[in-house]
Amino acid sequence: MVTNVLNYGRSGVADWVVQRFSALILAAYTVVMVVWLAVNGGELTFAQWQGFMGQTWMRIFTLLTVLALAGHAWIGLWTVATDYMKKGAIRVAFLGSVAISLFVYVVWAISILWGF
Amino acid sequence: MLVSVYRYNPETDREPYMQDVEVSLPEGKDLMVLDVLNLIKEKDQSLSYRRSCREGVCGSDGVNMNGKNGLACITPVSEVVTGGKLVVRPLPGLPVIRDLVVDMGVFYKQYQRIKPYLQNSTPAGGRERLQSPEDRAKLDGLYECILCACCSTSCPSFWWNPEKFVGPSGLLQAYRFLADSRDEATEERLAELDDPFSVFRCRGIMNCVSVCPKGLNPTKAIGHIRDMLLSRAT
Repeated sequence: MVTNVLNYGRSGVADWVVQRFSALILAAYTVVMVVWLAVNGGELTFAQWQGFMGQTWMRIFTLLTVLALAGHAWIGLWTVATDYMKKGAIRVAFLGSVAISLFVYVVWAISILWGF
Repeated sequence: MLVSVYRYNPETDREPYMQDVEVSLPEGKDLMVLDVLNLIKEKDQSLSYRRSCREGVCGSDGVNMNGKNGLACITPVSEVVTGGKLVVRPLPGLPVIRDLVVDMGVFYKQYQRIKPYLQNSTPAGGRERLQSPEDRAKLDGLYECILCACCSTSCPSFWWNPEKFVGPSGLLQAYRFLADSRDEATEERLAELDDPFSVFRCRGIMNCVSVCPKGLNPTKAIGHIRDMLLSRAT
């Protein structure tokens, strides 16, 4: 079996399922956002926006979406990198910066959503 | 008709080049591309290509004709020629040995990897292992593969990772044995394929289906393997 240390799942099926499941979450979040903006978008105020995003369910849903985005982006970019970046050092550097960026986004999102 | 042929002799040429040859085709006859190559070879014996059965059974003369892979012996000139010009190149993605002859080593290695033979340790009852007509029908569309490599060499995933991605041809054969009611090694076969490269590099672009000279559907077989891997994991 072919494996690669930088692939966290090491299973093609696991990657495949995570990729599709996270896509469903991202799609659902997009629908919620588009519908809410279409209904309230006319003259949107800060208070309205904060009231919407500050609800517990929306905070949880947003965090779930950010985690799904991180997983989705990691699998996708890992696949692209292993297709097109043939030099190991370049690939590791690229994937390292992707991993750090995604980690920062997740922590930053938690900080925004729960405000500490 | 103008024919542009890929030429490369590693002993004399520093790099490959395209050679333009004017070929006069007989009136009122639609030749196959292989016939055109034979006409060129009559004039220039140094042109190299593989061919054997000349009727689409042996799978030797897989080449790239005007951008599309296929068997030269069963591809009519009228079907591929655009703008009065025929361009013949070797199958893409494999090392060129000479002219239109490519090194199929990595392609065969992937074929070998999927263990393309029946595995059954139970002694056969009677003279042979019987199969119901329904079970036999499951192998239709799988066993006909002639290993010409037209599909795998048209697949970008195989170009980028030929050592790790089994490729459409190998996966079609892998499913041919996974689907066989007489084979007992299903679990071992699936375990060997459950990694991010062997099967899952297939992105479903279906180049393989579009070029297969036998009209087979590797993408569908890959889908079946994916389903089997999925139900094994859940």
